[in-house]
Amino acid sequence: MNPFSSGTRLRDMIRAIRACKTAAEERAVVRKECAAIRAAINENDQEYRHRNLAKLMFIHMLGYPTHFGQMECLKLIASAGFPEKRIGYLGLMLLLDERQEVLMLVTNSLKQDLNHTNQYIVGLALCALGNICSAEMARDLAPEVEKLLQFRDPNIRKKAALCSIRIIRKVPDLAENFINPAAALLKEKHHGVLITGVQLCTDLCKVSSEALEYFRKKCTEVLVKTLKDVANSPYAPEYDVGGITDPFLHIRLLKFLRVLGQGDADASDTMNDILAQVATKTESNKNAGNAILYECVETIMSIEDNGGLRVLAINILGRFLSNRDNNIRYVALNMLMKAISVDAQAVQRHRATILECVKDSDASIRKRALELVYLLINESNVKPLTKELIDYLEVSDQEFKGDLTAKICSIVEKFSPEKIWYIDQMLKVLSEAGNFVKDEVCHALIVVISNAPDLHGYTVRALYRAFQASSEQESLVRVAVWCIGEYGDMLVKNVGMLDVEDPITVTESDAVDVAEIAIKRQSSDLTTKAMALIALLKLSSRFPSCSERIRDILVQQKGSLVLELQQRSIEFNSILEKHRNIRSALVERMPVLDEATFSGRRAGSVPTTVSSSTGATLKVPNGVVKPTAAPLVDLLDLTSDDVPAPSSSGADFLNDILGVDLSPASAHSGTSQAAKNGTDVLLDILSIGTPPAQSISSTPDIFSPSQNQKTPVASLDALLTPSPVSARAASPQAASSIIDLLDGLGPGPTVPENNGPAYPSIVAFESSSLRIMFDFSKSPANPQITVIKATFTNLSSNVYADFVFQAAVPKFLQLHLDPASSNTLPASGSGNVTQTLRVTNSQHGKKSLVMRIRIAYKIDGKDVLEEGQINGFPRDL
Amino acid sequence: MGIRFILMVNKQGQTRLAQYYEYLTLEERRALEGEIVRKCLARTEQQCSFVEHRNYKIVYRRYASLFFLVGVDNDENELAILEFIHLLVETMDRHFGNVCELDIMFHLEKAHFMLEEMVMNGCIVETSKANILAPIQLMEKSS
Repeated sequence: MNPFSSGTRLRDMIRAIRACKTAAEERAVVRKECAAIRAAINENDQEYRHRNLAKLMFIHMLGYPTHFGQMECLKLIASAGFPEKRIGYLGLMLLLDERQEVLMLVTNSLKQDLNHTNQYIVGLALCALGNICSAEMARDLAPEVEKLLQFRDPNIRKKAALCSIRIIRKVPDLAENFINPAAALLKEKHHGVLITGVQLCTDLCKVSSEALEYFRKKCTEVLVKTLKDVANSPYAPEYDVGGITDPFLHIRLLKFLRVLGQGDADASDTMNDILAQVATKTESNKNAGNAILYECVETIMSIEDNGGLRVLAINILGRFLSNRDNNIRYVALNMLMKAISVDAQAVQRHRATILECVKDSDASIRKRALELVYLLINESNVKPLTKELIDYLEVSDQEFKGDLTAKICSIVEKFSPEKIWYIDQMLKVLSEAGNFVKDEVCHALIVVISNAPDLHGYTVRALYRAFQASSEQESLVRVAVWCIGEYGDMLVKNVGMLDVEDPITVTESDAVDVAEIAIKRQSSDLTTKAMALIALLKLSSRFPSCSERIRDILVQQKGSLVLELQQRSIEFNSILEKHRNIRSALVERMPVLDEATFSGRRAGSVPTTVSSSTGATLKVPNGVVKPTAAPLVDLLDLTSDDVPAPSSSGADFLNDILGVDLSPASAHSGTSQAAKNGTDVLLDILSIGTPPAQSISSTPDIFSPSQNQKTPVASLDALLTPSPVSARAASPQAASSIIDLLDGLGPGPTVPENNGPAYPSIVAFESSSLRIMFDFSKSPANPQITVIKATFTNLSSNVYADFVFQAAVPKFLQLHLDPASSNTLPASGSGNVTQTLRVTNSQHGKKSLVMRIRIAYKIDGKDVLEEGQINGFPRDL
Repeated sequence: MGIRFILMVNKQGQTRLAQYYEYLTLEERRALEGEIVRKCLARTEQQCSFVEHRNYKIVYRRYASLFFLVGVDNDENELAILEFIHLLVETMDRHFGNVCELDIMFHLEKAHFMLEEMVMNGCIVETSKANILAPIQLMEKSS
């Protein structure tokens, strides 16, 4: 007996599958059935083909592959009977898709069926074509479909309309052919045809702009009239949904009106009345009514401005917002986001409700409300809103926290009215959700902290407290460790207390504890540990009493398996032990980090190498320098270079140089000063301050009268590369000039190329005690490079020791300094020191060289400093 | 455009009817169905019926033991789709008489026919129950 003879076999199969308890059983059953079906296909069984196909469809729905059934579909389509054709087309649409080549074989059948006398078959063919036709098929069969658009039967017309939509989507060129028939469809009475006709026209407008024009001119009134008829029509049982006649047609018409009215004032005018009528008359106690109102509001928002209508729309939205149904509220929030661009004031009125929605139990509503709140924030309401959001952060669930944190951080950054508020909010966020905070946000916070010198004490104390409370938040630990390292002495001595603070007593060892905990904890990651190491180094200089303890901690990390930590601990250890004398200079306060460039760099606009904007001056010393690393982006660790000879270390730090702001008006605080106190030329990086009234740390600077200190030389630019600038206390300095010295020696050959045109030597600088002569030569190969041989002559009767020559050039020049021939300048011109400089002029021919120089030396142990500007360079250099 | 897919899923997560209006491979479909169904089934009564998934929205409603999920584009009117789901259920109810999950399962092709009359290529075609059911009733009478 043929197992497939009984018609209930499909049902049995379904029952069998449902009875399976495990997935393996189900797979077995399905495999058996598939085998049976394949056998039947091979035998070319006519009778039960359609049953087999139905079974195949079920199996396909479950997710098993069914390609062997595709040819069956084709055979069924080609057969004469209606049920077979029906199932064949259904199978075609389910089992195949437009990418299969088998589809091409169907084209001929489709063509025949489109011209069939039986209109249901025509309908079937249109359906199939409309669902899965590919571009080639569309092109072939388009004329047929066009003809059918005018068929006598409305059912066929509506199907033909939808089929046309697919055709014009696949082949936009054919759109012109369909414009006229489509316009005719708009005058129909039959709702089905009308709805599809409207859809067809909407799509035509999307695809081709001339269609849009055509419809705008000709059809707007027709549409308005149709909508009016539908809205005012009496009760029609066929299309009635919840008391409203055919809401779907309403919505489609409104959508089409939206497309027509967008950007066109005339069309919008014609629509105003009907929109007002729909907006006011529709009942909103049923979902259908709400759907229509929603569409209406969307349309009003998109068409050209009309004050009265807009007010109406926003009122409707307000009503939606207070509806208890979650769906309606969601929809209202969605619309409000679009309404903000149109009328922000009105949306502000609903702020309280929106804030409530952020705390809703429904995830979709929460997300929408949060985005809306983010758009609503401006300077006036930022404080209360942020407070609400942060309060909610504590109780929100994990997946939402990430989003919420990111939004809060960006709000705080953009709108914070004052620094102390910013720091407060960020601390709260860090304590709550530090793990979700991104790195750049932490960096930005650090930049802001360093820019607010009067708040340093407050900040570091707040961070200390926060650290005690919630030390598992990684970012909080990082920021805390950095601040404690920088401003540890403020913490211990309670410097700069603000009124709102409670006094706390923190001993030095407590501060060291913080860093130690950060290092020792298992869950700290590499960056945190590295930052903690640096902080310890800084603390060891600020709290000499804890040096031993700090040294022990550092020594422990020497054997760390991570290269970074090991390297740092070894280097810092060697600083602690061998280089005590320069330690304090190394780890003095960092200069203020420039916010503007920082945010510019963050936005990717500023290249990370040379500092930006306005003609910064590069200062290049002739010494090797060892900067301490900053916890920020670039951590330069130079290998320690103890050799006093000014041999350059390998890295060329010309690129990492920061320009320094010498403008007196600069508000940046905490910068400048202290002359070099080390005797070694190399190791210190000086910030040399120029204001004469400056009290400088260890040694007095004697400024020679020829200096021109008030001239702003360069602008302060970013400091993401650390320079161990020995910046002094945080009090703002007027006219501070900071000069960063980083290693800039190019280890080049010291022999200047002497061929090339000769230039006259000049006396670059002359004072009562010193004369500098420059000899020029150019290499013929590259006219932009000038080699200058500088000769220093001592005009006084003292011997100058530790002679250091530094020079700075504007941005379009690049300077290389070779080592000087000696550090000691004998008295009274009995000998001289030479040094070679190489200058590359990128604006060769357009601008000549200028240079600022600084000379420092010691007379009997006292430091002397001279500065000057050299303008007398020959042109064409 | 418009509607991307229509699914009917029972409470255990088994798909009872699936109609896609965009092309997805079999694996993609199964993955998609798994994800969406998990999301929707986990929601409570109080939560709203719209779920955002990747770049489109899912509008869903639960009728007895069956979930009706419709995936739509982001700019589609969600309330209208809710109405559409209700219309679909009412149509099937009229045809099968007190439709239940088993009816759909055992007469899958008829459910598909009905759906085809209502939605074509992602757009709603016909919303009058009489017009939808007329061809199907004709077919049944003739066979």
